[in-house]
Amino acid sequence: MMKYVISLIIGMLVGIAALVLMLYFNPLTSQNKLSPLSVTDNDVITLHYSAVAQDSLIYTNDGESQVDPHPIKVLQLWEPAIRLTRAMATVLLDSRGQTAGIGIKFSSDSESSNILDGAAIVDSVWHIYLPGRGSLFIGQSENYWSYLRKVVIPAYRSSGDNWRGTWYGNITSGPGALGTARVVGGSGDFSGIDTEAVEALSAKAYSVELGPVAIDGELLIEIPRRGEPDNAATEESIGSLRIDPPDEPSYSL
Amino acid sequence: MFKSFIAGILLGVALGVAALYYVPAVDQVREQSMIEVKPNGGNTESFHINVPIDRIMVGAPNQQVALPLGLEWPSNNLFAGIRAELFKIRNAKDIVVGVASRVAASGGERGDIIEWVLHLPARGSVYLTMQPEAVIGGYRVGELRAGTREFSLLQGQVTERWIVDTAASDDATAGRIELKTEFVGRLEDQ
Repeated sequence: MMKYVISLIIGMLVGIAALVLMLYFNPLTSQNKLSPLSVTDNDVITLHYSAVAQDSLIYTNDGESQVDPHPIKVLQLWEPAIRLTRAMATVLLDSRGQTAGIGIKFSSDSESSNILDGAAIVDSVWHIYLPGRGSLFIGQSENYWSYLRKVVIPAYRSSGDNWRGTWYGNITSGPGALGTARVVGGSGDFSGIDTEAVEALSAKAYSVELGPVAIDGELLIEIPRRGEPDNAATEESIGSLRIDPPDEPSYSL
Repeated sequence: MFKSFIAGILLGVALGVAALYYVPAVDQVREQSMIEVKPNGGNTESFHINVPIDRIMVGAPNQQVALPLGLEWPSNNLFAGIRAELFKIRNAKDIVVGVASRVAASGGERGDIIEWVLHLPARGSVYLTMQPEAVIGGYRVGELRAGTREFSLLQGQVTERWIVDTAASDDATAGRIELKTEFVGRLEDQ
C-alpha cells in the first residue's frame, strides 16, 4: 500500500513540475513586439524615460519590495489599500533625447492577473505634462509576463543572480482591442483628443538584488489630425450635477 | 504502481490548474466606498489629503527644502512654471485609499492649468481638469475628463478646496485638501 502512495505523491510532484514547465514555455503567451501604432497614418509622439528607480525624480512603493524607494527618505506606500502600488515621477525625453516634460506614473498589481493565461497584469496610469504643448492622461493595462519570462526569471536562474542581454517588448495590453492604451488630452495642443498609446520596455540588465539596472521605457502616443473622428468623440457635454458652494477660506495651495 | 504514478501526474496537473484558477494571484485590499447616492442616480464621494503628512512629493523650482529630502528637481527652464505634487488620498473615514498627482502649470498664452489624477488601486483612476480660478466661496471646480475601470463610464464634476486645521492640539495638521466628486453614468450608457 505504501509504495502506491509514494508513487502517487511522486507522480503529483512530476505533474506540478510539468505544469510549471508548460506555463513557462507556452508559446501561445509570447508577446507581440510589433507596436500596433507602427502602421498608423497619424503623427506619433515618442517619449523616453529610464525605468530604473534611481534615475527617476522619485520612486516609491511599500518599502519592502525588491526595488528600493528613491530618494531614501520618500514617503512609502505601506497602507493596506496601496501596498501593491508604485508611484514614480520622472523626466520625459523626446525622440532626440531632449527634455520634453514630466511624467507621473501610478501602477498597481491587477486582480485580473492569471498565470494560466500568461497574464501578469498591472493597471497603470500616466499623468504627463509637456510644457508648451499640453497635458495627457494615459490609462492602460500592462502585461509583464513576457518580461518576467525573458528577463526576471533568467536572472534568478543565473549563478550570478543577474541578467544581461537585449530584450524589447510592448507591455501595454489594453484596454484597446489591439493592445493599446487609452489617451485623453487635457490641455494645450492635446485638449480634447481621445487616442491611443503603447508603452514598451527595452531591457539590458537586471539584478536579483537591485531589480532593473538598465531598462528604458518608451511611450508611443498617436496624435490624430484635427477634424478626425477621434476628436469628435471627446466633445461631450458634462452632466448637470452641482455642488453647493461652501463658505470656506480661499484656496491657498 | 505505474498506474498510481500516472494518476499522480494527472492529479498534480489538475490540482495545479485548480489552484491557479481559484486562488487569486493578486488580492487588492478594498476599503468600503463611502458613496452618497443622489436622486438623479449619480453619486457623491469625498476624498481628502492631510497636509503635510500625506504629501509624497512637491516638485517645484527654487524650493528651500526639497520634499522628499534628496529630490533633485530639474533646473531646466522648461520646468520653471510647473508645480507637481504627489499625495496619498483618504476617504471620509480618514483611511488611505489611493494616491494622487496634482500638476499646476502656468501656460503663458495658453492659460494656466490645474489637473488631478486620482489612482484608487482596487477601483480605477480618474483624470480631473480644474478651472484655474477659484470661484466665490474659495473652491475650485473641475470636470472628470477620463476614467478607468469603474470610472470609465462616468461623467461629472469635482471641487477642490483648502480647509485650514483649526485644532489646537500638537499633532494638528496644517490643513487638508478636500476633493468632492459628483459622478453620474453617461446617458448613452444607461
